[in-house]
Amino acid sequence: MRRVPVWKWVFIALMAAGAYATYLRAFHGLGAVTHLSDQFPWGIWVAFDVLCGVGLAAGGFTLVAVVHIFNIEKYRPILRPAILTAFLGYLLVVLALMFDLGRPDRIWHALVMWNPRSVMFEVAWCVMLYTTVLFLEFLPVVLEKFNLQAPLKLLHAISVPLIIAGIVLSTLHQSSLGTLYLIVPHKLDPLWYSPLLPLFFFLSAICVGLAMTIFESWHSSRAFGRQLEVSLLGGMSRVLAVLLSVYLVLRFMDLSRRGAIGRIWEPRIESYLFLLEVALMALPALLIFRGHTRRPAVLYAASVMAVFGFVTNRLNVAVTGMERASGVVYLPKWTELAVTLAIIALGFAIFRLAVQYLPIFEETHEENRAGNGAQAEEDYLLTRA
Amino acid sequence: MAKAILFDSTRCVGCRECERACAEKWGNPYNDQIAEVEKLSAQKLTTIETHGERFQRRLCLHCAEPTCVSVCPVGAFEKTALGPVVYDEKKCIGCRYCIMACPFQVPAYEWSEILPRVRKCDMCYARQAKGEPTACTEVCPADATLSGDYEAMVAEARKRIADSPGDYQPYIYGLREVGGTSVLFLSAVPFNELGLRTDLPQSPLPPLTWSVLSAVPDIATSGAVLMGGIYWITHRREAVAKAEGRRPGRQKEVRQ
Repeated sequence: MRRVPVWKWVFIALMAAGAYATYLRAFHGLGAVTHLSDQFPWGIWVAFDVLCGVGLAAGGFTLVAVVHIFNIEKYRPILRPAILTAFLGYLLVVLALMFDLGRPDRIWHALVMWNPRSVMFEVAWCVMLYTTVLFLEFLPVVLEKFNLQAPLKLLHAISVPLIIAGIVLSTLHQSSLGTLYLIVPHKLDPLWYSPLLPLFFFLSAICVGLAMTIFESWHSSRAFGRQLEVSLLGGMSRVLAVLLSVYLVLRFMDLSRRGAIGRIWEPRIESYLFLLEVALMALPALLIFRGHTRRPAVLYAASVMAVFGFVTNRLNVAVTGMERASGVVYLPKWTELAVTLAIIALGFAIFRLAVQYLPIFEETHEENRAGNGAQAEEDYLLTRA
Repeated sequence: MAKAILFDSTRCVGCRECERACAEKWGNPYNDQIAEVEKLSAQKLTTIETHGERFQRRLCLHCAEPTCVSVCPVGAFEKTALGPVVYDEKKCIGCRYCIMACPFQVPAYEWSEILPRVRKCDMCYARQAKGEPTACTEVCPADATLSGDYEAMVAEARKRIADSPGDYQPYIYGLREVGGTSVLFLSAVPFNELGLRTDLPQSPLPPLTWSVLSAVPDIATSGAVLMGGIYWITHRREAVAKAEGRRPGRQKEVRQ
């Protein structure tokens, strides 16, 4: 950022546009800043900020499971950046909800006015609980920075149930975001509507979690002049390739079982965007299977494609697939984009600051589990060698 | 006794008195300009739609098992025993899942308000509770809109079809759509020609999400136990290796 001041200007411009859109949203209502309507009530704030935001944060629970539950210690060096991303991601999702909800002042209603039959109710509780878990998973980083031993010990004592709770909560609501759309068989295009939506959302969330971790590691290694953990990311990318393949095979089996597979070739915008989504998921798998995982540039390209494939899928479910039945054409207003871009920019800025001032990319002895610390540190050094 | 509204499009003359009465009841503005826009909105909770020479009313159908009731995270909607689906604006957080999910595209939002609410027909719940007909029924000069007990409305609809089978489609729209609704439609032409969806399932929609949601406690419990078990195994393996004085096997892989 210091060398390329133009990014600073981009950042300032995005924040200014976002601030103006925020003012309009607060004092003139949703109608003044969005192209939403009774026919199309959910736009990109739901499709991108919430659906994609939650998904892009899935690296957190995936890596926590890999390192803590499956005890694969070699991935510990990239655990903290993944947790930071997840925590930031969820905070930004909540921030986006404050724009999208008609009555953000009543966001707490979901806590006291229960409707257990509602998927949205479950999503609300999971997001809230998991954000708390992520906060507690991230807290040691801050406590270490200020060398506060007592709370660190306390967190350490509850770490296992906390970790398990985090994984379960993530699994539940990553899939629940897909369940949200089970109620609209009459509106969502058959290319995307499936009784398996919860499973598809869960699987693709793990994929994008891995892809985001590779993407971030690549960027942080460049920004901080660190060696890229190629062997680590290579292993992760192979898991990504397998999961992407499983996901795609399931998608096509499901399409064929529902008799919707022929629709792929109909000359409609839906088909084109469906094929784009599939291509962006299939290409990274092919690249990785071709064995280029030792080349960081290929790893990076594959992860970026997978992320875009994921984003395309969520936008397709929430926008492309819902448009025809609604009878209107929805394109976001500039203020909707301004808010979304400002939130993304904010995320990048906070991530950078956190990485700069907090021990994100360093493992310290205190963080490791008793008796395992020295070994983990050795592993860490070995992988860096 | 559950109530219902019966709308017979063969009798509707398009006078829009129902629109006016509805606007008056809700305190909404009503004039020629508003009348011209044949679309449900936060200001127009019922509307007459012109389809060629025929008129069709649109309003909330008050489903027997309403989607809006099931999707609302804060329980702002309620299916009353009397039939009407009512909305409590004090609970609503504005997530608009009800608008997104409604199979009949009925709920409307106050997009230009700073403190917006969802708006929809409540079948004149307060009036019906007192045994009075709905505002729209009261003003209908052509008996196109009737309201009363559900059974009586179904019987009346059947009678009209039986009395002059040539004038009607042999079908009451709303008897079976998404599991049945408290508003019933009669028509001379196929219902899709009046802008109504004829491709809706005959079973209610809420079980689609409930079948997944109801599995959540099981998934959460077994998931937590599974994770705990894997945690125990992987860490036990490591502890055993350490006690035996060797490094866990995967060290090799890292060194390569």
